[in-house]
Amino acid sequence: MAKARIVIDRELCKECHLCIQACKKSLIFATIDLNSKGYHPVVCKDNEECTGCTLCAISCPEMAIEVYRER
Amino acid sequence: MKKVFSRPKSLKSTPFHYCAGCGHSIIHRVICEVIDEMGIRGITIGVPPAGCAVVAYNYFDVDMLEAPHGRGCAVATGIKRTLPDRVVFSYQGDGDLAAIGTAETFHAANRGENITVLFINNAVYGMTGGQMAPTTLLGMTSTTTPPGRNAVLDGHPVRMSEILANLEGATYIERVAVNSAPNILRAKRAVKKAFQYQMKGGGFNMIEVLSQCPTNWKMNTVDACRWVDEVMSKTFPIGVIKDTGRGHKDAD
Amino acid sequence: MSDKVLIQGNWAIGEAAIRAGCRFYAGYPITPQNELTEYMAENMRRVEGGTFIQAESEIAAVNMVLGASAAGARAMTSSSSPGISLKQEGISALAADELPAVIVNMMRGGPGLGNILPSQGDYFQATRGGGHGDYRTIVLAPASAQELADLTMDAFDLADIYCNPVMILGDGMTGQMMEPVSFGKPRPRRYNEKYVLKGAGEGKSKFVRALILDALRMEEHNWKLVRKYKVIEQNEVRFETYKTGNARLVIIAYGIAARIAKGAINRLRDSGGMKVGLIRPITLWPFPAQIIRDTAERIDRFLVFEMSTGQMIEDVKLALGGRGHVSFYGRPGGVVPTPAELAKAIVQEYQR
Repeated sequence: MAKARIVIDRELCKECHLCIQACKKSLIFATIDLNSKGYHPVVCKDNEECTGCTLCAISCPEMAIEVYRER
Repeated sequence: MKKVFSRPKSLKSTPFHYCAGCGHSIIHRVICEVIDEMGIRGITIGVPPAGCAVVAYNYFDVDMLEAPHGRGCAVATGIKRTLPDRVVFSYQGDGDLAAIGTAETFHAANRGENITVLFINNAVYGMTGGQMAPTTLLGMTSTTTPPGRNAVLDGHPVRMSEILANLEGATYIERVAVNSAPNILRAKRAVKKAFQYQMKGGGFNMIEVLSQCPTNWKMNTVDACRWVDEVMSKTFPIGVIKDTGRGHKDAD
Repeated sequence: MSDKVLIQGNWAIGEAAIRAGCRFYAGYPITPQNELTEYMAENMRRVEGGTFIQAESEIAAVNMVLGASAAGARAMTSSSSPGISLKQEGISALAADELPAVIVNMMRGGPGLGNILPSQGDYFQATRGGGHGDYRTIVLAPASAQELADLTMDAFDLADIYCNPVMILGDGMTGQMMEPVSFGKPRPRRYNEKYVLKGAGEGKSKFVRALILDALRMEEHNWKLVRKYKVIEQNEVRFETYKTGNARLVIIAYGIAARIAKGAINRLRDSGGMKVGLIRPITLWPFPAQIIRDTAERIDRFLVFEMSTGQMIEDVKLALGGRGHVSFYGRPGGVVPTPAELAKAIVQEYQR
């Protein structure tokens, strides 16, 4: 049962990759998909390892990432 | 599961027009998080600059008054003297604050005007396409210093935080960066302290934010963030420049 | 017992402003208006909620006024010619933002650093911008200390009613003259609270700005201002006519020049029986074109007298549209002609 997960709004992502840099567990990665603005949005591995540390969300200039955590 | 990170309420939901990785986007959010946490949205009035953030009123859900280029500190002075119990901040870039607006910034600090200045330093003129700024580093290329900034021809980069710290009226000045999560969190604490000081009548305070500008630095965002640490902060050291603690009794 | 006081023109402006409810003043020392700045320094501090700031420059002062006005204060700044040049961007911003403010210019010799003597060389600057963009500033031209007081109080009202900057275009002489003045009663402020930026409270946030990137929306804003200016042109023209009833030649002059003209006219009427009159514009914008046109129906000789090389004369010629005969007498640079000297010039014109 995952302790936490993130939701990335692909339309807000501008592929700056700061979230990829921030994630200590390398759970976020680039894709070759395109959003409507012409950026390649990043995606998060669907997994059990996310701790909900929010470092990715804090680093994201666009607030494209929302973080959910088990209480 | 509980949502533990989302957009602050005092930040409008308009997607940012800023470039990918721009420091403006991050510091806008940080300021709004502080406004939310302090519950001061209703009494905050901001003064946006001429620069990339000229349309800051599209993002900050607080009352805002546009200032002519460089005059943010004078306009903020007029507002704060008229409504002393509001939280008044000026948000300015390096050209706005340290070139055309040098006198207004210096004298607002010297008079100890009880305002908070957010000084967004990206070492270049962003909106107009990358010309030299007062804070452009030696050797740094720009569209008006194609071979790189030369001390003899173009002068040295200006450290406004250190200069203003010499004035008695300036009571709290800190330089922060937004190029990594720890730095962003530090920046948020500094902004909160600045607003708390203002609310206690603490005099002029300024937070200088080293802001990555991938577009005009001609780097990708990750490299630009690294450049802030490896190069920019050597000329503009991060940390508290001055803190007299005046008005700080309950400041964080 | 009347409350008439013998008071210097510059002080009369300050006292009138405070009585009108001005609660924010920012200024910078420049001769010949320093007495006004000093009066505000002394007296603004005594008024509850009053703010006086000696700003670091005329530019800073007008920008402080911008902030104070948006925050809801009746705000004023003052200077003299070179300092008014510095304020132009700020005045353009006030007009674009539709913010009320009063700007006082006690004109001095120019151009450039000029001198500290009275002149009327800033007519173009006041009525044609002098800042960038399509806007107008209401311009009032007092000719006495009493009018400095009255028009200053009116200026704040006009600024509020029309959400526009208003300029008092005085000169170094009227500022220095000591004359008896009775101060009028202030009128209640007619300014919509909804324009004031004081924090969003529980409601929607507002912003005040002049940047409109979309061309069509910028155009619409410009036409909106024009519609406002048309209303001002219809309602706010002020002028005085003096002995034009049976005149064969009419002087057109404003401010201190009009005082001199009256002196000249009286001499000529008393001594030689020459029938000369005066039209004295009190608003320079909106310019009293209609009274000049009406007068031209029966009188065809005009002499424009300015303490400059000739600026208002262009508006006179525009008003007349080619009718009548317009001549000019001017002394720029701070020279103040005597009524006798002006009378001589009038005689030459009259006898042509």
